[in-house]
Amino acid sequence: MHHDNGRLLPWPYSVQYGEEQRIETDVLILGGGIAGVWAAIAAARCGARVTIMEKAATIRSGAGGAGVDHWQWAADNPASGVSPEELTEALIDNQGGYRNGISTYIQCASAYETLEEMERMGGKVRDVGDEFKGAEFRDDASKLLFAYDYTNRIVIRVWGADYKPLLRKECRRLGVRILDRTTATGLLTEDGRHGARVVGAMGLNNRTGAFVVVKAKAVILATSRPQRIWTFSTELRGLATFRPPSDAGNGYAMAWRIGAQLTMMEKSMRSPFGSPYSFPAYGSGNAINTWYPCNIVDANGKEVPWVDSNGRVLGSVDERCRPAEGQKFFIMGGGSSSLPHPGHKRFLGPKPIPDLEQRMLRGEFTPPFYADLASMPEMERKVIWGLMVGNEGKTRIPVMHTYAQSGFDPERDMLQTYDFLRGSGMREPVVPQERTFGESGVCGGLLVDWDLMSSVPGLFGAGDLVFGGQDHSHAAATGRYAGARAALYAREQGWGEVDAAQVSSEKRRVYAPLSAQGPRTVDWKELNAGIARVMQNYCSEPKNEELLDLAQTWLADLERNEAPLAVADNPHKLMRTLDVLDILTCAQIIVQACKARRASSDYLHFKRLDHPDIDPAEWHKWITVRLGERNTEIGELPIAFWGELEPNYRPRHDANLAAMGAAAGEGQRRSWGIG
Amino acid sequence: MAMDDVPPGQAEAGPGDAAAAVVFATPNATTPGQPVVFDTAACTGCNICVYVCLEDVFIPNPIKGKPPVILYPEECWYCGPCVEDCPHEGAIRLNHPLQQRVRWKRKATGEHFRV
Repeated sequence: MHHDNGRLLPWPYSVQYGEEQRIETDVLILGGGIAGVWAAIAAARCGARVTIMEKAATIRSGAGGAGVDHWQWAADNPASGVSPEELTEALIDNQGGYRNGISTYIQCASAYETLEEMERMGGKVRDVGDEFKGAEFRDDASKLLFAYDYTNRIVIRVWGADYKPLLRKECRRLGVRILDRTTATGLLTEDGRHGARVVGAMGLNNRTGAFVVVKAKAVILATSRPQRIWTFSTELRGLATFRPPSDAGNGYAMAWRIGAQLTMMEKSMRSPFGSPYSFPAYGSGNAINTWYPCNIVDANGKEVPWVDSNGRVLGSVDERCRPAEGQKFFIMGGGSSSLPHPGHKRFLGPKPIPDLEQRMLRGEFTPPFYADLASMPEMERKVIWGLMVGNEGKTRIPVMHTYAQSGFDPERDMLQTYDFLRGSGMREPVVPQERTFGESGVCGGLLVDWDLMSSVPGLFGAGDLVFGGQDHSHAAATGRYAGARAALYAREQGWGEVDAAQVSSEKRRVYAPLSAQGPRTVDWKELNAGIARVMQNYCSEPKNEELLDLAQTWLADLERNEAPLAVADNPHKLMRTLDVLDILTCAQIIVQACKARRASSDYLHFKRLDHPDIDPAEWHKWITVRLGERNTEIGELPIAFWGELEPNYRPRHDANLAAMGAAAGEGQRRSWGIG
Repeated sequence: MAMDDVPPGQAEAGPGDAAAAVVFATPNATTPGQPVVFDTAACTGCNICVYVCLEDVFIPNPIKGKPPVILYPEECWYCGPCVEDCPHEGAIRLNHPLQQRVRWKRKATGEHFRV
């Protein structure tokens, strides 16, 4: 209830529209999720004065703030059977080349080192209580637990439910200044010039409405990816989204406005989390990620067989966690029986039989299907419904705690799957229009170099906002790396001048929704839904030039006619309105990128009727987009433009470790010992 | 709306006592409208849930010591830190939208249950 018998409650916070706070800092981090706090800690360890601007509260904010259960691609761990180079190449290859070699290598080469730092901050990383002693997925020497490929041991199962509060505590200990409930709205450039060095950023306190101007020598964007581009329904989706609904692509829009390059913006996809009709993430019966490799049974309790990538039917649960004959290691498995896997068979892990649907139609299996934890070996059951579901942020309270309160018992009960034949078991999108921009999977984002710096000097990126990377451990490792790079960069820089005109123009933009008036004013939710409908109609699947032109036309129409009428009457709604204006900008960027790629691509989930050839060699490249002085500028980069991995990474990483000092890690180079 | 404004006869038309018969012109509620349920006996109004919430769903109750007001229920992500970080066991629990309550089956008896 927000009113008391019709009496509206007064706004509970002191309202300070337009009041300006000025701050100076060496390194400014926009977004205090996983990437942001790791960046702050690293930069502070390097001796920089650090400020975080965070839309929510740093203690739990971000997609990983409520917890994490597995630490992906830690090829640098002592039990790994795969080298960081080998794993990075495989992950890139699995995406047909469309994965960020820079950030993925940083992840693969330092995820474990980053996790060890987490451990020194108090995070539980090892099975010190010997709870899983004797389990196939446990390395007794290190007491680390592994997921998926038990032979090669590259993904670590962790007790990450309290990592975020611990990271925030470390930020506080290191003297990081935290501006919670402050949404970053715009970047400041030297003399206000387009594309010039970034010298700070501006933000809105979304409780008080006050304005903050932060002058900085380096700025790191860590504001995740835009959601709500194709589907938006607060009525249907809240519980079922995999990333926080407040992820509005603020960083993409801010970077765009000052002329930074973005890439792979044409990729969007149907995702198991992308349907308005889906169920809580990992909250219905499934066999992927957190639930891998759970038994799935039909209505009569008949077990669905699993096969490896050679099609061999597997006889035991343990075999689901081993590479196939002739396969050195596998990357991911489980999941749907029929969803096309864009990756190579070479790296595909075991999964339920691919012809389950046909066999059901022939009467061999009877729906509905269930995840049968009770029939799993005890250690496997305990590690799924316990460690994994109990530490993954989107399941700890919403699934494990809440279902237990309702009486669910993993030793006795089978959790229903929804749509298991077509996908994850959490109900797939029904139509191609139900797409997402990277709600799961790798997607486009800020183009960065080996310093994780963007095409604009002084502007760095970390985590999900960086093009072509993903995962909690990716956010942590790239945040840490970017934090140190930005601190080292800041050491070399003098202060830039904050341009008064840039500040006043941003203030006008930010506060405009407070003065929108008249019968045609539009609420943020309606504007969001209107944008999503344009994207559903004209930038879905398949695409062609005419459809994309119409998308451009109608988005421009919304920008011209409805955006100026977007109305807000308190600081919270003002934040949401600005978020939707950024979503509109992101949608416009996406459409322009789609127009620029004149070829279809399976890897990019990109189908053009007017350019039907799939992944032709001449289009095997990155398309970049940026806002130039006058128009959008389209560019391109060769597919592996980052060059060699280790020679580019190592000197920078070593310099990072030296600057961060002993607290960050031992700093010695590991010997992989890969045969 | 004051009682005087109610057309004659209507205030007495409903069942129950006179107070219950006062009808207000209310808009439809936003749904799902109750992402969490507070136990008013256990909640002390400490507002830690207001502090940690990722979406700023709550505001502090104007009456000190009372549970927060759920101002923006439809923005809830159901992520759970409000429950996780609550210092008072049971003071707040998630209340999943009706259309997203997952079902399960008890192996031994074949009985069906839901969240």
